[in-house]
Amino acid sequence: MSAARKVLGYSLSNLLRNWWVLGYGLLFLFLTDALFRFGGGGPRVAASLMNVVLIVIPLVSVVFGTLYFSNSREFIELLLAQPVSRPALFTGLYFGLALPLAAAFAIGVALPAAAHGGAGLMRPVATLVAAGVLLTFVFTSVAFLAGVHFEDRAKGLGFALLVWFCCAVLYDGLILLVATMFRDYPLEPALLALTVLNPVDLARVLLLLTLDAAALMGYTGAVFGRFFGSALGIAAAAAALLMWTAVPFLLGLRGFNRKDF
Amino acid sequence: MPWLRSAAGTAWVLAATSTLSAQQTITVRAAGPVATIAGALRQAGDGDRIVITAGTWALDSPLVVAHRVDIEGEGMPVLRGRGNHELLRITANGVRIRGLAFQNVRTSYIDDLAAVRFIEVDGCAVEDSRFEGTFFGIYLQKAKGCRITGNHFVGGGRSESGSGNAIHLWNSTRTLIADNEITQHRDGIYLEFARHVDVVGNISEANFRYGLHFMFSDSCNYRGNRFRSNGAGIAVMYSKQVDMTGNRFEDNWGAGAYGLLLKDITDGRLEDNRFAGNSTALFLEGSSRLLVRGNAFDRNGWAIKLMANTEGNRFEDNTFSGNSFDVATNSRSNASVFDANYWDHYQGYDLDRDGYGDVPYSPVRLFSLVVQQNEPALILLRSFMVDLLEVAERVMPVLTPATLVDQRPRFTVPK
Repeated sequence: MSAARKVLGYSLSNLLRNWWVLGYGLLFLFLTDALFRFGGGGPRVAASLMNVVLIVIPLVSVVFGTLYFSNSREFIELLLAQPVSRPALFTGLYFGLALPLAAAFAIGVALPAAAHGGAGLMRPVATLVAAGVLLTFVFTSVAFLAGVHFEDRAKGLGFALLVWFCCAVLYDGLILLVATMFRDYPLEPALLALTVLNPVDLARVLLLLTLDAAALMGYTGAVFGRFFGSALGIAAAAAALLMWTAVPFLLGLRGFNRKDF
Repeated sequence: MPWLRSAAGTAWVLAATSTLSAQQTITVRAAGPVATIAGALRQAGDGDRIVITAGTWALDSPLVVAHRVDIEGEGMPVLRGRGNHELLRITANGVRIRGLAFQNVRTSYIDDLAAVRFIEVDGCAVEDSRFEGTFFGIYLQKAKGCRITGNHFVGGGRSESGSGNAIHLWNSTRTLIADNEITQHRDGIYLEFARHVDVVGNISEANFRYGLHFMFSDSCNYRGNRFRSNGAGIAVMYSKQVDMTGNRFEDNWGAGAYGLLLKDITDGRLEDNRFAGNSTALFLEGSSRLLVRGNAFDRNGWAIKLMANTEGNRFEDNTFSGNSFDVATNSRSNASVFDANYWDHYQGYDLDRDGYGDVPYSPVRLFSLVVQQNEPALILLRSFMVDLLEVAERVMPVLTPATLVDQRPRFTVPK
């Protein structure tokens, strides 16, 4: 995999010279810092950042990822003319994008949080950073899948945005519909399953359990809290997020291997 | 002339202490002339003082105090029962108890066994004493004019049904309950048919049911108490003219736990209290004409749950911050007034700079109505889709109560 590492190194240095990733990191840095200065206590900062994490990170990852992949087309074609295996190239490119994006976010949030400190801040901020990093990986791999399969950049972008919209907005409408239509039935297990299937919802529920613990003390909250507190729940959440990263990545890789450039 | 008899009988005490007081002091000492508390009580007449020295005094049956005496402990002597009986039963007026430790009154499912029971007395006091592993601590039965101050209660029970109340008032009036610390009881302080009771500066925490429980107790007030992590919070029920000021209600967690539950309360006043970290901070059912002013609601699940059968309540100058839901209700109609509160979720503007937002604020979110009817939907809290629906509802209210609005939301936290 040394070829993959080499590609990773190239695309890292390429991205670091690109102002986008730096700007993305600075955005989080200033936003978090401003929230700490004006927004009051630590848990409330985490609550405000939560919406940003759940909406902005998937959106930026998926849009930037798709554009980045189609912009790298000439670089890919050049490298494929060299003795570089396709899986190594694809893997290198993927981590070359996902790692800097995740790092920009994590540093952008963690630095102000560490600077401002505050009691009871560790757990919400750690959950927030973990959720953001995982979402970055998930949606970057969706972006690469779109980039491989759609020759036309606009179509790829459209597909990527559609996936984002379904995960971030439409899916919750579906949950609300299910919850309303089947309100006479014990819904918690079904909702739990639906939640685990969508990475954005999964991240949201994990954050809720740390931030809105008081409101969630009813039966529903207890069911969710117990599930995600258990070894089974943690394993299921991890497996679901891993699946959401691995499946689009592997599909993208398959397409990349077969693609006639 | 009882005082003459007692003075004559204790001439040697007077001589020894060279006071002119008619009061006799009887010291209970294992080695002394008076070796048991029961013996001291037999000797004592009205106005006498009994001093119990340090040590453990085992009791086989309840001691009956039938004269107006002061009972004082020297170095916190322990009165320890065998378990299946009460420790002190007081039937005389004006008895004062101070600096004693009461231990071991076992749970009974038939009788409300109490460490100290006052029966139909006028005037009594229990001060600076400790109650450890006592089923009921202090029980006031048809008493009036009592003072219960500076005591420490640690109940020994493990469950709600297997433990009693630390301070229990039944049919009692004009009582002061101040500066006590209470934990691990069923209810910390329980008032039933009590009138004119002041509950001041107590700390009641980690009790199995309520930290403070009012039933049918009119004209009482409680100030500056701290209630934390009680099984079901605080409940005030079926009472009129209850005054609640400067208390702290904190960390009462659970589906059935409330920072403060008000049920059929009229003409009460809630001022300058602080509610933090409760699942439901303030729950109002069947309550009317309450003034809720200057309270702080911070980081609660629901700050206020206002049921449809409440009317004529006023909510003014309160601060709402960091709550998952500000106000929830179960009806589209509303008969209460919200005015000049500070809401951290408020998104309006203040063009004329008078300190009040120019756009009214409706604290009832559409989503809180959804959750009220369908609890599992709670899992969509903070979802982007739900926020979109909120915006639509805010622009054109269809489901949320149109009259439950704060016309003058504050722009800054009221001082």
